Amino acid sequence: MNKPATEARSVVVEREFAFPPEKLWRALTQPHLIEEWLMKNDFKPEVGHSFNLRGEWGGVLDCKVLTVEPHKTLTYSWGFAHDDPAYNLKSVVTFTLTPTGTGTHLRVEQAGFGPQQRQAFGGARAGWEKFLGNLDQVLDKTD
Amino acid sequence: MSAAHDELFRSLADPTRRALFERLCREGEQTVGALTAQSGVSQPAVSKHLGLLREAGLVRDRHEGRQTHYSAQLGALAPLMDWTSQMAGFWQSRFDRLEDLLKRMDQ
Repeated sequence: MNKPATEARSVVVEREFAFPPEKLWRALTQPHLIEEWLMKNDFKPEVGHSFNLRGEWGGVLDCKVLTVEPHKTLTYSWGFAHDDPAYNLKSVVTFTLTPTGTGTHLRVEQAGFGPQQRQAFGGARAGWEKFLGNLDQVLDKTD
Repeated sequence: MSAAHDELFRSLADPTRRALFERLCREGEQTVGALTAQSGVSQPAVSKHLGLLREAGLVRDRHEGRQTHYSAQLGALAPLMDWTSQMAGFWQSRFDRLEDLLKRMDQ
């Protein structure tokens, strides 16, 4: 009983970094730094700016900046257009930075409508171990 | 939300049930007795949990003599193994790279 790919889901990943928010903000908003940890891009920290993220696997993501609150919040749309709905992805990625006593808590939430099938871009196949580790998170977001 | 998804998520939302399922994933087929010995709950409770997991398609039972053996059915997890779990893995690995980058910056 397959369902059409219309289920809203979200993914949350959080981590604390031993660096101040200002430094993380630079890594999240300067193109040459974004490229080092995420993907090649033509990002600008301006609301309304459309840009692409280009993956090593050849895929191109269509993105648009939605929110810029320096050192606090960054939001952009994250879309992957494909003729085959099994690969289509429309989502919104939100980075939230919270200073802690010793660094910065970074939370990324990706919310939206994902492909129904298991194939996804990024080649990021979560291993079984990792999946079990993430299960709580996934379940928490699935009401 | 389909009824099948609901059932799957509900089955795994219970910590005791999830622990039983994870153990079957890690250690392979087990008897109810063996599962009970390590679960910290009574055998009727374990059997009840296993029954719910079976209804959700997450485990299969096999009768051999007086023993019932249970095994995990990973295929039932396919609805969960879609983009949410893949993207969680993606962001985890990107955070690793971000951490490396932050260490290199301004040094």
